[in-house]
Amino acid sequence: MDDGSPHELSAAYALDALDGDDLRAYEEHLAGCDRCREDVASFRAAAAALAYDVDLPSPPETLEHRILDAARAERPNVVPLPRRWAIPAAALAAASAAAAVVLGIWAVHLSNSLDHQRQIRKDQKGLIDVLSDCKPTPTKGGSGSVCVAPTRKAVLAVDGLEGAGKSKTYEAWVIAGKRVEPAGLFQGGAGRRYLQLTKPVPNGATVAVTLEKRGGVSAPTGAILLKAEVKPS
Amino acid sequence: MISLRGRGRGRSQTTVRELAHLSDEAVLALIARSDEQALAELYRRFGRLAYGLAFRILRDDALAQDAVQEAFLGVWRAAGRFTAERSKPSTWLLTLVHRRAVDLVRREERRRTEPLPPEAEPAGAEAADEAELAARRQTIRAALRQLPPEQREAIELAYYGGYTQSELAERLGQPLGTIKSRMFTGLARLRDALGEDARGQSGLV
Repeated sequence: MDDGSPHELSAAYALDALDGDDLRAYEEHLAGCDRCREDVASFRAAAAALAYDVDLPSPPETLEHRILDAARAERPNVVPLPRRWAIPAAALAAASAAAAVVLGIWAVHLSNSLDHQRQIRKDQKGLIDVLSDCKPTPTKGGSGSVCVAPTRKAVLAVDGLEGAGKSKTYEAWVIAGKRVEPAGLFQGGAGRRYLQLTKPVPNGATVAVTLEKRGGVSAPTGAILLKAEVKPS
Repeated sequence: MISLRGRGRGRSQTTVRELAHLSDEAVLALIARSDEQALAELYRRFGRLAYGLAFRILRDDALAQDAVQEAFLGVWRAAGRFTAERSKPSTWLLTLVHRRAVDLVRREERRRTEPLPPEAEPAGAEAADEAELAARRQTIRAALRQLPPEQREAIELAYYGGYTQSELAERLGQPLGTIKSRMFTGLARLRDALGEDARGQSGLV
């Protein structure tokens, strides 16, 4: 990302021609860039078409058995994908189709290989864990949603919240009864931003966002910019 | 071709006969429910293509098999999440194959030869599949021919050769910005030339 617009890198990304810091920087950009996600999706389809311009020896017949054996051996160790997944995913996607694309992109990475999985940064893994099985509640004020997993871990997704600027930060709060706990900081900015909340969200609690001074505060001082009351499931 | 027919594993597995007419999306949905036959069906549809791509990048049978296996296992593990994605199953699978092959080739020094030109070597696929593949090959070749040579070169070296943009800049003696721009403009043209093939839900890609 040393020169030019990061948008242009969507092609290099789709061709897997980014690596190291370039790749990490672009993926960070991608998470908040609707246009890039659209470009990446269509570029990936175009890139995949290149696979058809290949006519080389057929795979050995044993490969199919090898794959099926490995799949069979592996399944018992895999946490079954929850049936509920399709529902929150669809709901999230309805709120922003971009969210689904991001999930798809992450899924690609997740499933790439075991050693790659290990490299995935913890925060992304946390997000995926929550987003793979959670119930979304749209926010009031601002555009976004809070998605709460059965474990009560939660992810806040906000769209197009103006950047907080250098001296300020957005701060998320979990409000349960009279308890108000700080639950993470984020900077906002164009596109969709995700924050995995640092506190569990019990049923009936409200997740709210205020603008605070840089570094965050222990009790909210700013006005509530958006909030979501998480109804019992 | 499919040999793992209905094993009694306490779960009602579909049979090959039931799967042949299903869409790729439906096959993926079955894979998400741990249906081994559905995974076999996906392999029947795309295994050869996947291997051909991996082999072209890696030039090595064992490594190509590894890449293909990783990609199919990736699908096996994450098919449930795919329902949320808007691309076609084949695009997803080939993306996995490509990324894995590129990961492997970057670890090996073997890549440092020229990418292989495409070869017209007939393989023992069924006639209908063969015709379908041949039609798609013609489409993509025609689309590639429309590109200015320098854009085509950047895309082919990146996709088939596994070169990063920085490696391409060095190799071609061009500023990085030029390489980025060639890849972007070229791939955008390719996408437009492929039209519905690239974006639509129909077809194999």
